[in-house]
Amino acid sequence: MKNTHKLLAVAAIGALLLSGCSATSSGPKTITMWSHAAGNDQEIATVKEAIADFNGSQTEYVVKLEEFPQESYNDSIAAAAASKSLPCLIDVDGPIMPNWAWAGYMQPITINSDLENSLIAGAKGYYGGKLYSAGAWDAALGMLARKSVLNDLGIRIPTVDSPWTKTEFDGVLKTIKASGKFDYAIDWGNGWTGEWFPYAYSPVLQSFGGDLIDRAAFDKADGVVNSAASVEFGKWFGSTFANGYANKAQTGDRTEFIGGTIALQYNGNWAVKDAYEKYGDDLAILPPVDFGNGPKIGAASWQFGVSSTCGEVAGANKFIEYILQDKYIVAFANRIGLIPATATAAEQVPNYATGGPFSVFVDFSNKFAVKRPETPAYLLISKVFEKAVADIINGKSAKTALDGAADEIDADLTANNNYK
Amino acid sequence: MHKKKFPIGKIVIYALSAFFCFIFAAPLMFMISSSFKDPQTIFTHVHDWRAYFPVGEVNFDQYVGVLNRLPLFGFLFNSLLVSAVVVIGGLFVNSMAAFAIARLRFRGQNLILVFLIATLIVPFETIAMPLLVLVNSLPTITAADGSLQFTTGWLNSYLVQIAPFVASGFTIFLFVQYFKTLPKELDEAAIIDGAGYWTIYWRIIVPLAGPAFATAAILSFLSIWNAYLWPVMVVQTEALRPVQVGLDYFWGATSEEGTAWGQIMAYSTIITVPIIIVFILFQRAFVASVASSAVKG
Amino acid sequence: MKLQSLVRKNKPHGFFGSSIQSRSKRASLAFIAPAVFLIGLFLVVPVIMAFSLGFTDAKLASPKAPAFVGFDNFSKIISLGQVTVDGDPSNPDVLHDNLRELTRPSSDSQYSGMEVLTETVKADGSADIVLAGDALFWKSLGNTFYFAAAVAPFQGGLALLLALLINAPIKGRVIFRTVYFLPVVTSMVVVSILWIFMYQKDGLANILLSAVIPGWEPQAILTNPDLAMPAIIFMSAWQGVGFHMIIWLSGLQTIPGELYEAARVDGATRLQQFKHVTWPGLRTTFVFVLIIISIQAMGLFTQVNVMTKGGPLDSTRTLVFHAFNEGYEKQNVGYSSAIAVIFFIIVVLVSIIQRRLTRDKD
Repeated sequence: MKNTHKLLAVAAIGALLLSGCSATSSGPKTITMWSHAAGNDQEIATVKEAIADFNGSQTEYVVKLEEFPQESYNDSIAAAAASKSLPCLIDVDGPIMPNWAWAGYMQPITINSDLENSLIAGAKGYYGGKLYSAGAWDAALGMLARKSVLNDLGIRIPTVDSPWTKTEFDGVLKTIKASGKFDYAIDWGNGWTGEWFPYAYSPVLQSFGGDLIDRAAFDKADGVVNSAASVEFGKWFGSTFANGYANKAQTGDRTEFIGGTIALQYNGNWAVKDAYEKYGDDLAILPPVDFGNGPKIGAASWQFGVSSTCGEVAGANKFIEYILQDKYIVAFANRIGLIPATATAAEQVPNYATGGPFSVFVDFSNKFAVKRPETPAYLLISKVFEKAVADIINGKSAKTALDGAADEIDADLTANNNYK
Repeated sequence: MHKKKFPIGKIVIYALSAFFCFIFAAPLMFMISSSFKDPQTIFTHVHDWRAYFPVGEVNFDQYVGVLNRLPLFGFLFNSLLVSAVVVIGGLFVNSMAAFAIARLRFRGQNLILVFLIATLIVPFETIAMPLLVLVNSLPTITAADGSLQFTTGWLNSYLVQIAPFVASGFTIFLFVQYFKTLPKELDEAAIIDGAGYWTIYWRIIVPLAGPAFATAAILSFLSIWNAYLWPVMVVQTEALRPVQVGLDYFWGATSEEGTAWGQIMAYSTIITVPIIIVFILFQRAFVASVASSAVKG
Repeated sequence: MKLQSLVRKNKPHGFFGSSIQSRSKRASLAFIAPAVFLIGLFLVVPVIMAFSLGFTDAKLASPKAPAFVGFDNFSKIISLGQVTVDGDPSNPDVLHDNLRELTRPSSDSQYSGMEVLTETVKADGSADIVLAGDALFWKSLGNTFYFAAAVAPFQGGLALLLALLINAPIKGRVIFRTVYFLPVVTSMVVVSILWIFMYQKDGLANILLSAVIPGWEPQAILTNPDLAMPAIIFMSAWQGVGFHMIIWLSGLQTIPGELYEAARVDGATRLQQFKHVTWPGLRTTFVFVLIIISIQAMGLFTQVNVMTKGGPLDSTRTLVFHAFNEGYEKQNVGYSSAIAVIFFIIVVLVSIIQRRLTRDKD
C-alpha cells in the first residue's frame, strides 16, 4: 500500500504540471506564426533567421514560431479553425488558399505595392480580386533525363521552344522500352499521394485540352473534367501504365532515375539538385510534353498569409514584407532549390541566375505555368481528381472515373451554392 | 492413427514455434536493423537476409538525423507524462467503478455495465470531430496577471490529451471480471468488522488485484502512447506534442529530400523499444490477469 | 453474448440487510460517479452530437451555418436501384453513354445522381446495373464485412494454434510467448510502415509466398486489388494475434488436467483429446475472443489509412475510413456523421446477432 501512496503523490505532481500558465506582460506584442515545414531543416532555418532578424529590427512586435509537419498541417489548421484558435500568421499552399479565404480562415494582406508587383505570379495568391497570400518561391515541373541516354537511343532532346509532341513522346516511350535497358521508361511520381496528383497531372490534362472545372464562373465540372479531351488524357495516361512504360506500383522514393533503372523522371525542381549532383552536365532538364495545347506546368506553392482572427494585422503584414526581402528569398532558393519569387533575387542565386543549370525552370514557369483553379471548391476538386487518376492508373475506365469526378464536384458545388 | 513413442510431436512443435518466431520477429528485426543503415543500404538489403540483421555499413547516423530533425526528448517526455497520468488516473477511476459494479449492489448496475460494454463499439475516429468542438467549449482556469481567470477551450494543453481517456469501458470491464473472482467472504468479514466501503476497496480489493492493475496499466499505456489523430487535432505547440506525431516529420520532407527511411526506422525503434521493455517487465502479471479476466467471472 | 451472461450472474455479489443496502447505494454512486461522468462527457455527448450532425449538411469549414436536412444524408447513403441499360457489344461507349443519360445529375430520371455499384454486361451489349446513392458506402460495407469475416476465424484460429504451442511442455515457452506478443505492443502506424516494406515486390511476403506457392509471381502486393485486402487481413492478424493467444492460453489453463488424464486412460489420441476435452473447455473463451475480434475488426481504419488509403480501386476502403475520408478530407461533417450513425447501428446489430447465435448453447 505504500506504493499506492507514492502513486498518489506522482499523480498530484502531474496535476500541478497540467494546469497551464500563461502570463501576459506589457512590452512587445506577440504574433504567433504557424509553419508547415517542421522537420524540413533547410526551409525552417530560413524562416527562423527571418524571424530572429525581424524581432531584433523593431521593438513593437515579437514573432513566435510554431512548427507543424507538412503531413498533418492542413488538418491542424482545419481543427484550429473549427475551434477558433488560429494564430495570427500562417502559411498556406497556393491552391488551397481560396478555400481558406472563403471559409473565413484568412483575411486579405496588405504589402508594399512595389514588392507586390515585383513578385512573380506563382508567388502571389488572389481571391475575389484581393491579395491573400504571398510567398518567397514557386515550384516548377519538368522532365529529367540523361543526355547520353537520349543520344544513344537517337532521341531528339527537346527545348523550351520545341518541346516533344504527343506523337514524338509516344515514340520516345516505345524506344526506351524497346531498348531493354530500363525497367520502366518513365517515373510519373505516382507513388506520392495527396496534392502532388493534381499538381503534377492536371497540367497534363490541360495540355490535352481538358481542365478540372469551367474557369469562367467556377460553377461546373461536367463537360470539362470529363470532356472528350479530358477522357483522352485519362485513356492515354492509363495506357502508359497498361503498356508497361510506367510502374503502377511505383514507390514514393523515386530513386530509380538516379539509380539508372528508369530513363525519365517527371518531377518538381526541388528534386533536381540530387540528380544534378549525380549526373552533372549529363542531366537534361526537359520541358513537359506538348499534348496539343502547349506544355503546361502547375504554379503556386507555399505562401504566407494572415488569419481572420489575427489581432495584430499591421504587425503580421509587416512581417510578411520583411520575410519577402530578396535576402531571404535568396536564402530559401539556395537551400531548398525552388524558383526565387523575384527577378532580382533570382540573379543572386547561382543555380537560377541567367545561364545557371536550373534557370530553364524559370523559363518553364514563365511560359507554361497554369494555376490550379482559384476557387474554394479546389479543396474537394483536388481530392476527387486524385482518386480519379489513381483509379485510372489501376485500370478503371477513364470515362467512368472522370464522369464520376464531374458528378461529385458538381454535387459539391450545388451543396455549397457554388461557393458564392 | 496411433501415437508413436518417437518425439515427433515435440519436433513438430519446435519447428512450428521457430517458424512463427521468425514470422513475428522478422518485421521488428527489420525495423531495428534498418535503423542503423542509410536508405540506400536498406533498399539494397531488402530482398535478402541482410534486411533483418544489422550488417553491412551500420552506424548511428540515422539516430543523429532523428535528433536533428525533431525535439525527440520533448516528445518522449510529453508522451510519458500524458500516459502516466492517464494510466494512474484510469487505474483509480476505473477500478473504483468496477468495485461498485462487481462487489456492491444497487439499482441499475446491470444497465450501467451493459452501457459500458456498449461504449466499446464506438471507434474514436467517428467522434473525434464532435469531441473537438466539445473540449473547445469546456471551461478552463488560467493564471494570468497574477490572478485566476476563467476562460473556455482546452486546446493546446496536457489536460486535453488526458481527460477524455481516463475513464474506459473496457478497463472497467476488465476490473469487473477480475474483482468477481475474489471471494465475497472477504467483504462480508470486513463489513462485520465495521469497515467502510472505501476501506474494503482500498485495503482488501486493490491489494489483491495486482494482475488486473498490471493489465489495465499496460493496455491503457499502449493506447495513449500510440495516440495520433487526437494530438494532431488538439495540440498546436510543438512543446506539447507526443511521440506518434513525430512520424509525420519524416513524411513532410518527402518531396524535397526523398524519404528518410533510415530515420523513420530509427524513430520507430525509439518509440517502440521502451514499450517492449515495459511489457517484458510486466508480462508475468499481465498474462496472469488476462487469464483471469477473460475466462473466470 | 458472454458480456451479457456475466451481467446476469452479477447479482449474487451484493450484500445482505436493508440498512446496509441503502448505505451501499450511496457508496456505489460515489465509486461509480467519476467514471460515468467522464464517459458521459467525453463519449456519450460526442456520440449524441454525431447523431444530430447526421441530420444536417454541416461542413468542417464553411461560412454558411449548418442547415437541417432531415433524412437526406441517410437516404442518399442507403438508396439502391436496379436498371437494365441497352448497349452495343462492339462499342462499350454506347452502354456508358446510355447509362450516363440516366445518372447525370441534371437528368430527370429517378436514377439521377446515382453511381454504379455493379455491372453485368450481357452478350447483346446491354447490362444489368445496380446503382447506389453512394456506391463507395456499399463497397466499404462489403469490405468491412469481408475483413471481419476473414480476420475473426483466421486470427482466432491462429491465436489458438499459438496458445496450444505455448501450452505444450517445451523449453523456451516464455521467449516464444514474448515474441508472439511483441507486435501487440507496437503502434499500428509503425506496424503498417513495416508491412509496407514486407509487401513490396522484393519483400518478405513475396519471398515466403514464392517458397510456398509454386510459380508465384513476385509483385507489389498492396497495389493489386485482389491481394490488398488479404494482405491487410494478414498483417492485422499478425499484429493482434498475441493478445488473443493469451486469452486462449488462459482458457486452456482452466481445463483440469484430470480430464486429459482420464482421456488418455481411455486411449484417446491427441486429436480426440482436443475434440472432446480441449474444445468444449474453451467454449466461453471462444465466444469472448470472437466478439472482441469482430468488434475490433469492424472498426478497421489505421492500417488502411497508412498502407493503401482505401485503394487500389476501393478494394480496402472500410466504413470508418469512408466516414473519415468524407468528414475530414472532403469536410462533409454532416454526411460523415450519418455514415458513422449507420456504422454504429450495424455494429450493434452484429453484436446482437452474435449474442443470439451463441447464447442458447452457453
